[in-house]
Amino acid sequence: MKSLRNVIGLGLARGWTEFWIPILTWQGLLGALFAPVSLVAILWFFRERQSEGVSLALLMLPGFLSFQLAQEGLVGVAQKLALDREDGTLLRAKALPQGMLAYLIARVVVIVLSALMNLMLVLIPVLFIAPGLVTIDGTGFITLAWVFALAFLAITPIGAVIGAIMKSPAAALGLSLLPMGALVLASGIFYPLAALPVISEIFPVYWLGHGLRSALLPEMLATLEIGGSWRPLETALVLAAWATGGLLLAPGILRRMARRTSGSEMEAGRRRYTQSG
Amino acid sequence: MPNKDTAIEVTGLQMRYGDHVVLDGVDFALRRGEVLVLLGPNGAGKTTIIEILEGFRARSGGSVSVLGIDPEQADEAWRARVGIVLQSWRDHSAWQVRELLSHFGKYFGPYSTVERPRPIGTDELLHLVGLTDQAHKKVRDLSGGLRRRLDVAIGLVGNPELLFLDEPTVGFDPKARRELHDVIHRLADMQGTTILLSTHDLDEAEKLSDRILILAGGKIVADGSADQLTKEFSNQTEVIWTQDNQRHVHAGSDATTFARKLLAQHPEGISNLEIRHASLEDTYMNIVQTHEANSKAQKGDTQ
Repeated sequence: MKSLRNVIGLGLARGWTEFWIPILTWQGLLGALFAPVSLVAILWFFRERQSEGVSLALLMLPGFLSFQLAQEGLVGVAQKLALDREDGTLLRAKALPQGMLAYLIARVVVIVLSALMNLMLVLIPVLFIAPGLVTIDGTGFITLAWVFALAFLAITPIGAVIGAIMKSPAAALGLSLLPMGALVLASGIFYPLAALPVISEIFPVYWLGHGLRSALLPEMLATLEIGGSWRPLETALVLAAWATGGLLLAPGILRRMARRTSGSEMEAGRRRYTQSG
Repeated sequence: MPNKDTAIEVTGLQMRYGDHVVLDGVDFALRRGEVLVLLGPNGAGKTTIIEILEGFRARSGGSVSVLGIDPEQADEAWRARVGIVLQSWRDHSAWQVRELLSHFGKYFGPYSTVERPRPIGTDELLHLVGLTDQAHKKVRDLSGGLRRRLDVAIGLVGNPELLFLDEPTVGFDPKARRELHDVIHRLADMQGTTILLSTHDLDEAEKLSDRILILAGGKIVADGSADQLTKEFSNQTEVIWTQDNQRHVHAGSDATTFARKLLAQHPEGISNLEIRHASLEDTYMNIVQTHEANSKAQKGDTQ
């Protein structure tokens, strides 16, 4: 009990430190702000252009938020895990009592904080620079919150599994970008497509987009969706199914990765790195 | 039954990857408080042995006991008793030295005992490895030698009963090497830490070890102190002297007899007489070459 409390505290502390370390450098700060600032600029630019009876910027907003979460949960997680394996961070964690558990807790903390930060960095400026653009009520906020949380749980384990099974960070990046691109394109998060292939309804990114649209867009736009209405029940069920599957699958694969992490593997990574660099 | 005075016991250790045999029946034991150096050419299996003992790698066969427990079945409490010096290169590069060491120390708090308080205080440890002035530097700003000292400090932070160091001074300049050797000596003397270290640096092995194991072809081919090994495996000596301003060398196993005769024949004119035993390097080359020749001959027989 005492050691469990200790390791949870250490995981949280480690995650907090790791979240701030990159942001507190000029380079890291610019990197963290680049995407949100670009997205907000695009939204601002299109705020007066109308489509479907509402601002084009409003139509784009749910897609942008979905894209950011998918990017963070899939590509970001996969790459960070592969990098930490290669550079020995994971091996160090393994050499400490309860180190792996603390490491994983820290990872979750960093992803949650980053995802929330990205969400806020887009949503809050939009509320200020284009007042009246988003007319979101209490129900809308609640929908936004649960869709975001559930989609996070559905997508992140996929990123973790990719990061755990790939041999090198480059491979992890490639393998996570590929489904990410396909998912984003097939999920209609950048445009409400009634003509989307039915297959996209299998993927969590589609339901993330759908859920966020239902939270942020006016009621009348539901007619553009597949089936012509908002489908909160299906959204919850599909995302929960992915989350359950991912959370059942990921720990075993992460444990296998942890077991196989060794100095020799890291040495191979170091050789790869020095040869290519 | 595991003996209380035994830190490591290895019997019939086997490691195979498919048909490739890396370790072929390794046996040895390590007493508590002993400093054992694993010596061998590259690819002899030193790192494999250490990773098996650290619990980082599953063996193919044989039995292994580290601090009384099989590392493959070891739990987090066992992990807290073992220190591992890893070779860092990029990990945690943005952390501050003191911040990182203090964070890692906290993992060991729940495993503290009266005999072995855990963790070691961060400032005390920084002082021990000579990093006090760098406490607030970022890890990435340390030179290679200072960084390796941090690696040692991280390995020590849990006040381990047993410390593993796999080739700790690779890529060091002589000064950094000397300084790390001093730290290791201090540990062994003051804390009574049991140390298992691998290297292919003979000078390092001779300086640090209580005992040396030489590993070749997946087997232990010699086991003893540097002195014992030199005496047991090599009776070669050199007699060196100066006569008429000329330096002479005689190599052979008959140094004493030779020197007596030499002095009897030339009652005057001999100076700078010196009898030199084979160095550990000569011994090592001798052992490894003999072993390699034998294994080649064996392969020839079976083919």
